[in-house]
Amino acid sequence: MASPRIVIVGAGPAGVRAAETLLAAGLRPILVDEGRRDGGQIYRRQPDNFRRSYAALYGTEASSAENLHRAFDALRNAVDYRPETLAWAISDKRLHVVTGAWSDVLDFDALIIASGATDRLMPVRGWNMAGVYSLGGAQIALKSQACAIGRRVVFMGTGPLLYLVAAQYKKAGAGVAAVLDTSPFRLRLKALPRLMARPEVLAKGLALTWALKRSGIDIQTGIEPLEIEGQRENGVEGIRYRTRRGKTRVIPCDAVALGYHLRPETQLADLARCEFRFDSGTRQFFPVKDEDGRSSIPGIYLSGDGAIPLGADGAELAGRLAALAVLADLGHAVPESARSGLRRSLRAMERFRRGLAAAFPWPAHFAAALGGDTVVCRCENITTGELRAAVTEKGGVELNRAKAFSRVGMGRCQGRYCGHAAAEIIAAAAKIPVEEVGRLRAQAPVKPLPIATGDHGVGAA
Amino acid sequence: MKRFQADVVIVGGGFMGAAAAFFLRRRGRSVILLEQGLIGQQASGVNFGNVRRQGRFLPQLPLANRSREIWGRLKELVGEDAEFLPTGHIRVCYDPNQIGVIESYAEKAKDYGLDLEILSAKAVRLRFPFIGPEAIAGSYSPHDGHANPRLAAPAFGRAARRAGAQLFENTEIVSIGKTGEDFEAVSSDGRKFFAPAALITAGAWGGLLSQQFEEPVPIAAHGPQMAVTEPLPYRITPVVGVATKIPEEVVYLRQVERGNVVFGGGIRGPAFPDIRRAYALPERLLAQVPQIRRLVPALANARIIRSWSGIESYLPDDIPIMGPSARVSGLYYAFGFCGHGFQLGPGVGDVMAELIDRGTTATPIAPFHIGRFATQTAIPALT
Repeated sequence: MASPRIVIVGAGPAGVRAAETLLAAGLRPILVDEGRRDGGQIYRRQPDNFRRSYAALYGTEASSAENLHRAFDALRNAVDYRPETLAWAISDKRLHVVTGAWSDVLDFDALIIASGATDRLMPVRGWNMAGVYSLGGAQIALKSQACAIGRRVVFMGTGPLLYLVAAQYKKAGAGVAAVLDTSPFRLRLKALPRLMARPEVLAKGLALTWALKRSGIDIQTGIEPLEIEGQRENGVEGIRYRTRRGKTRVIPCDAVALGYHLRPETQLADLARCEFRFDSGTRQFFPVKDEDGRSSIPGIYLSGDGAIPLGADGAELAGRLAALAVLADLGHAVPESARSGLRRSLRAMERFRRGLAAAFPWPAHFAAALGGDTVVCRCENITTGELRAAVTEKGGVELNRAKAFSRVGMGRCQGRYCGHAAAEIIAAAAKIPVEEVGRLRAQAPVKPLPIATGDHGVGAA
Repeated sequence: MKRFQADVVIVGGGFMGAAAAFFLRRRGRSVILLEQGLIGQQASGVNFGNVRRQGRFLPQLPLANRSREIWGRLKELVGEDAEFLPTGHIRVCYDPNQIGVIESYAEKAKDYGLDLEILSAKAVRLRFPFIGPEAIAGSYSPHDGHANPRLAAPAFGRAARRAGAQLFENTEIVSIGKTGEDFEAVSSDGRKFFAPAALITAGAWGGLLSQQFEEPVPIAAHGPQMAVTEPLPYRITPVVGVATKIPEEVVYLRQVERGNVVFGGGIRGPAFPDIRRAYALPERLLAQVPQIRRLVPALANARIIRSWSGIESYLPDDIPIMGPSARVSGLYYAFGFCGHGFQLGPGVGDVMAELIDRGTTATPIAPFHIGRFATQTAIPALT
């Protein structure tokens, strides 16, 4: 039998560990990655000529980052590694990739999708102004380019990343104006039993929050965002919000980092026609997978935050497990013991994830309260009012239908950043459960594809 | 189960059905419009959006002209213009042998009231400087244009509802027949709809229904390959297409006012009416882009942000089925528009309403009669 063709999409924690596992079994996968360097988003490597230490770059995660980078460096020449390459479509066991304007088709027997996650965002009036970034974007600016997004930054949203990025900014010497958390503190106490599933991570989180507090940063919980103030020309000038006691406050700032946990990048899984399920804890759809990462489509495996966000260490385990599933399905002998430990760890992480979702909930209720002039789709500049009109006047109560009528989610990002909020706005306007609103169907290309794209070996002008 | 009754029952809520419902209401007829999914969701909603007359089968031009007249009055009729822009339509050719073809078509189209301008290579370049150097001639239709397919059929559906039509979406018809004076359409959940006249406007699913009246047709479903670029400065005003005999060369594009360039063409993909899905294929998109660069070279600098497909229906002679049944009185058909039904939508609705209301229509539609397939082997009716 010819050597099986295995393709991995993503060279972050899940993809690298999957590649390593396959190599160890004597297989040589193709590793496709959009990044210029490996590491994914969380362990993004700085450009070659930057000289910051691991401790400076990754803080408490320095050794995990270094381990992953070393693992990658060891396998880089043993796999078919293709950086700066976008996997833009799938058709019948063929992955379509493009590097610059050069396209290629990768036939595969097994595809491991380790596509990572992006920030989950809830609109707020003014979030389309210059100076507003996602938490992940703010973190990348710092990690990759040693840049802060502003001189006086407000971090707003909820979830662990909110505190982590604020702490990283503080440590880097950037001005942190405030941390505004939409989740009330009491939910954290309620979620404690589940958060105890990973006591070491919980301890790290608490230490981080304490350190932020001790450094004198204004941390508020249970707030409600009202508006990012500023001007079209100059961008962000301040943030107006309601405190947990119901008072309206304004904090002057020149940049805002926003985020409410993560959402998996699922377009490839969707294009591969994988089934999805609604996760009521986080009010979003995840691709269906078994414990080891098998999707509903034979030959398609899902791992890491691109399937269900558990964090970087969870992604490393999920990547290994998905690779073992591939090996087992290809007829390799895979000892049960190798998998059971990984599964056990992932189960604890899943319990922790549910705890986090309960402690720092997605603020679905803000969607109903958004003013009609608040932009929901930033690519197409569509307001909440226009989206609601598509629901109430045109009957677009299903997300793809509302998209067709209103253009929400029709732009460059294809609804990756506004789709979840749009679903909540529609659900509130139509008075139906958000799962009935559905999810945006993925359409190729996963990200914009140059018309200059030519066939491999032919090239294009 | 509840019983619904009207003068006319329409099965299929695409552009044809929605427009027919609207025009029947204007004639005072009560209407039930049944749609298995949502109004205008398949071929009506996913097509290119061409409001084009030139290049059509010549005997279809009277119908296309009637439709074009309605396009110009859309806002007044249904309350919105569905982004219709009469920006003109230019077809260019690359092959010298095609020049005679477009010239001869232009000559004949005159008799049908469609004036086309034949342009030399130089004139094409002068008028439309964005068109690539390989174009050696062009045929320009000044009053054709384009509109937004996602909006047009639903706009007719809502206007029909406002005018009193009973719309039933998510209503799949599993059987239809005529007993006594009335047609009876039964939905998958057992609801029954009755009317003395029935109009089948079910697109790719039309053949399943005509078969129940022992009028099978050789209909096939295909998916168009469509895509759109990111927004660019608004420069390409007319719809641009290629007149060619080579299927791979067939591409067409239009720029919407907000800047995105929509394009399609080339070889069609598969469609799956049973699951109501058709998939855009990456291979076909990659086959289109060299032709797009050839037609408008500057687009090489743009990026594609989305591609899609949908379910269109085709007949072997590339013209639709339209008109009364050959077998059952009170039964009418308008389906299988072979990928060129969008421009015709309003006209088909108007003509079918006239035909059902008056028993005759001023617009010639005889070439589209279902009887032309009567020699096909009959397939036993579904029970």
